[in-house]
Parts: sequence; structure tokens; C-alpha cells
Amino acid sequence: MSVETLYALAACALVGIGLYGMIVQPHPLRKLIAFNIMGTGVFVLFGALAKRGAAAGLAADPVPQALLITAIVVAFAATAVTVALLLRLVESTDTASLADEPPAGR
Amino acid sequence: MDLWVSTNGGGLLAAAVLLPFVAMLLGLCLGGRWLQRVAFATMALGLALALGIAASWANATGPLVYLLGGWSPPLGIALRADGPAVAMLVAVAGVVCGIGLFARADFGSPPDAKESRTAFAYWLLLLAVWGALNLVFVSGDLFTLYVALELLTFAGVPLVCLAGSGETLRAALRYMLFALCGSVLYLLGAVLLYGGYGTLDIPLLAASVQPEPIARAALALMTVGLLAKTALFPLHIWLPPAHGGAPAAASAVLSALVIKGSWFLVLRLWFDAMPGVATAAAAQLLAGLGAAAIVVGSVVALRQQRLKLLVAYSTVAQIGYLFLLFPMAFDAEGRMALADLAQTAGLLQAIAHATAKAGMFMAAGLVYAALGHDRIDDLAGAARALPLAVAAFLIGGLALMGVLPSGAYLAKKLLLSAADESGQWGWTLVLQGGAAFTAAYVVLIALRVLRRPATPVACKPVSMLSQLAALGLALASLALSLAAAIGPLPAELITNPLAPKELGTTLVTFAVGALLAAALARRPLFDRAPSGAPARGGPGVWFERGDRQVREWPTAMLALLLVAAASGWLLVRA
Repeated sequence: MSVETLYALAACALVGIGLYGMIVQPHPLRKLIAFNIMGTGVFVLFGALAKRGAAAGLAADPVPQALLITAIVVAFAATAVTVALLLRLVESTDTASLADEPPAGR
Repeated sequence: MDLWVSTNGGGLLAAAVLLPFVAMLLGLCLGGRWLQRVAFATMALGLALALGIAASWANATGPLVYLLGGWSPPLGIALRADGPAVAMLVAVAGVVCGIGLFARADFGSPPDAKESRTAFAYWLLLLAVWGALNLVFVSGDLFTLYVALELLTFAGVPLVCLAGSGETLRAALRYMLFALCGSVLYLLGAVLLYGGYGTLDIPLLAASVQPEPIARAALALMTVGLLAKTALFPLHIWLPPAHGGAPAAASAVLSALVIKGSWFLVLRLWFDAMPGVATAAAAQLLAGLGAAAIVVGSVVALRQQRLKLLVAYSTVAQIGYLFLLFPMAFDAEGRMALADLAQTAGLLQAIAHATAKAGMFMAAGLVYAALGHDRIDDLAGAARALPLAVAAFLIGGLALMGVLPSGAYLAKKLLLSAADESGQWGWTLVLQGGAAFTAAYVVLIALRVLRRPATPVACKPVSMLSQLAALGLALASLALSLAAAIGPLPAELITNPLAPKELGTTLVTFAVGALLAAALARRPLFDRAPSGAPARGGPGVWFERGDRQVREWPTAMLALLLVAAASGWLLVRA
């Protein structure tokens, strides 16, 4: 198995773990972490593709790296915005539940 | 025609994207009353710029192109404006101006008052939404489109929680997390396409993409990611609380403009980037979800207690209409032969919805401001107290129903002719029946607001400018087909609204709508009980329960995966 295939399989696993977390984790912070795991999976896949698509004589295709760094910045910004929202939510309601009417005692 | 060389007027595209963002940064530094001045100056300039782009596009033979830094794709990035992009640029500029005029009363900074944080955030976010949308329309590259889409979400989410209450923060957080899920799926699709074809430039991709597994997987993933951001049923988990809870001026932006960005991108993928991969079977799935959205959204709208939530659910239903165009692009043999016709109809529908829905949300906001509540059962006497706002609401409703000469009428007519040409009779029924579902909630509200109140209505004064802005946008939607008739559309599509055939259709639509409202509304049509009276049972309750179930987080996520798998399978099978 080539290194690229190994990376691509790892990417699949990460996306799968992230998706699973997105579905089953009720806490918004855990959902956010699941999103980040899923996103990391996509980034790893992109890296593996860059290696595979390299032109002769180059170690890797440079375009995906340029796109990747942008995507990472976007994901970072998204995480920051979400954490800010979550903090405001906890400040104003004392719960971090996404349910419409949080059950009593939480 | 060369798609990889800057054309005359191409620089205008870069200016249209830059202007709102530059104005936003400038406003951020200046703040206060200056921010508002900057915003209004930007609106005037931006509208002129959009019209300028339309004029250069009309004089050019092909799309306008601008290569950033002179680098041509695949290494560089191109901005392109074709017909759909130009139409959306102009429409969005018009709607932003209307919303800006409306918002002046709510978020203006009078000379003697201290600047409020909400107003400060609102104007900045309005400009950011505008810039992001312009970038969505003119990007010629799927990765730039990803960035534009994220910008749009980042600008849209804070608009949801401008009021800052726990309920709106929760709605914003739900929106953000679900939209993020959608954007990861989109990015995954884009990555797969780059891996397969080595470019993300739309025309280059269209030339090299083949109907093979990697392209199909990418199209399915990207489409579903965008559906999550557009909130097509059953992925509308975030829409009703977000659009129903935001201030009216923000709901208008969210409902009229923000969801159109991701919808437009689905159009780009299906018709421009990967026309060879899309299949009629997958298009049927999109339209099927659209039809379900129309039925569920309209019926649940009838069950709402608050006017703003009714309008929010009406948006859920109207998003369904925007997806009916996809099967109409395919002829009877399953080839994509009618793409132009279907796309024109879709754009008309989108612009008609943007104008009408902005007007309706503003009208609902005015009703709330004047009466201090927007409980549908207590709206008796509103028509007399607020004639202009109520007129705006009802005219917006009529325009959405597709009464002549509205833009929705023309869109329906075009889709019907496409359905006729391709022999898809089933969709004819949905197109005609959908109008009756819209009529149902318009009739319900008309009856509630026209009723005579038991006691005189106490009514706070509201800004005249805001009322006129709402009315203007609703009227624009109602008169849209007249504007479209000047353009490239065949004139015979417009007929006399009082001709027996047209009048008959309109009356039947109203009658069926009234029947639906009588059968499914929360309270009987001519009921005089004030709010708080128990809701009626019947089939309407099932829809309500179903909607609540679908909007549970795990259900929505599973629906997301299911839709992705189904569309992938339908792309392979055909």
C-alpha cells in the first residue's frame, strides 16, 4: 500500500468519526469538535491528493497546499465564531443545550 | 468567445465584490452615524455598479470575465458574470437598497442618541452579506465559491442573534453547526473534483468532467451540502427559529438573500460545472423534496400562532419551488436540453421570492412594532390600523401565488411549458397545486386582518419610509413579469389577467386555497376566539408533529446522509 493510500484511508476514518460525532453528540461543543475532526479528514485527503497529482520531478502539487491553508483558516474562523456564540448562549441561559426547551435540572 | 481572457467591463466585477467589503471596513473604523452614511452611499454606488455590469453584459457577446492579477486558470482565478449572475447581481442590489431603507427606522442612529451595538452590527453584516453574495454570483472557481459561501454564512449567522436573547442565540448556533456540516460536504466534493481533474475552474471542469464515480460522488456531496445551507425540506432544521426570531430587517436579509446564495451554487454545479454528470433521475429527487417542502411548509405555516413564524414557514415552502426547475431542464429522453429555459424560470422565481418575501417580513415586523405583538388570532383591525403594511403583506402573498403579472407567474408559465415539452405531466400538477397551498395562508391572514376588532386597536406609529419600502418590494415582485418582458423573454407569455382562462385559474387557486385553510388551519377560518384558544386537531397536527420530528438534530443529520446516498445512487443508475 502506498503512503498516499494510507493517508486517504486515514482521511476516510476521520470524516467517518466526525460525521458520527455530529449525529450522536448532543452537546454543541462536541458537535464543533466533530466538525473539526471531519474537516481535518478532508484536509488530509487533500494533502494525499496533492502528493498523488504531483507533476514529474516535483514532490507535490503546490495548488492544493495553497487551497488547504485557506480552508484551514476558514475552518478556524468558523470554530472561533461558533465558540463565541456558544459562550454567549451559556452566559445568557446557563445551559449549552440546543433543544428548543431545555429540560429542567440541566 | 474566450472564457480565459479579461473582457471589457470585467473590472466592474471585482469592484462589485470589493465595494461592500471596503465599505464594511470603512464603516467599522468610522462607526456611529458615519457607518450609516457609508452604508447608504454604498447602496447607491452598488446599485449603479450592478446596473453598469448589466449594461456592459448586454453590449458584450459573452460573459464578462476578469482575471485576478492577470493570471489565467487553472493557476489563476477568474471572475465571470453570465446572464444568471448579472440578473442576480441587479436583483440583490435592488433588494438590499429596499431593506436598507426599511432598516433606517429600526437601526438608524439619530443625532441625539448613543449608537447601539445592534445597529452597528446590523449595517456591517448587511454589507458583508451583500459582498459575499456578489462573490457567489461572479466566482468562476469552485474553491472561491466555497470561501464566498462561508463568508455568507458567517455574515448570516450573527444576523439571526442580533437581539441577543437565549432563544435567538440557540437558533444561530443550530444554523451555524448545520451549515458547517454542509460546507464540509461541499469542500469534500471540491477536493474530490480537484483530485480527479486537477482544476476547479468551472469551464475547464465542464470540459473535462466525465460521468464516472469520482464526479458523481462529488456532485452528490456538494449538492447535499448546499441543500443543507439552503434549508430544503427535510434539511430545514435551522430555518424557522432563525428566520422567525431575528429582527424583521434581519429576517428579510436572511430569507430573501442569504439562502439564495447556496441555491445559486446548486444551479452553477448542475448546469455549468457538471452538466454531463447530472441525471434526470437525481433531478427528480430534488424536485420531489421541493414538492414535499411546499406541502409541509405551507401546512405547518397554517398552524403557526405568530405571523413571523408563518412567514418563516412560507420560506420553507417557497424554497421547494426553487427546486422544481431541475427536472424541467431534461427532455423526455433524459438529456439536458432545456437547461436555459429551466434556469430562467428558476432565476425569475428566486428574484420574485426575494422581493416578495423581503416585503412580507418587513410588513410582519411593522405589524409587530405597531401592535406590540404578531399573534395571528389577535390581528383583527390590523388592516385599518396599518393599511400600507398589511397591503404589502397581502401583495407579497399574491405575488408568491403567481397571480398575473408577478414574476412567479412567469416562472410558473415557463416551467409549465418546459414540463409540456418534456412530457412530465406529474410536475404540472405540483406547479399548479403549489399555488393553492400558498393561497391557503394568504387567505387565512387576509381574513384575520380584515376582521373588525371587538375593541379599538391601540397602535403605535411606525415609520412611513419603512412601510413604503415594504410596499415597494412587494409591488416589485408583483410587477416583475412586466420588467422581464422587456428583456429577452417572449412577449406572448404575458396575457390579459382578466381573460377567462387566467381569471378562472386564479379563482380556482383561491378557492382551493380557502378550502385548504379551512381544513388545516390552527383555528377555523371565521373563528372569533382570541389567541390562546386551543388548536384544532385533524391532519394539520400530523404535519406539525412530522415537522418537529424532522427538525430534531439526529433525524436531520440522518436525512442529510440519506439524501446524499439517494442522490449518489440516482446519479449512477440513470
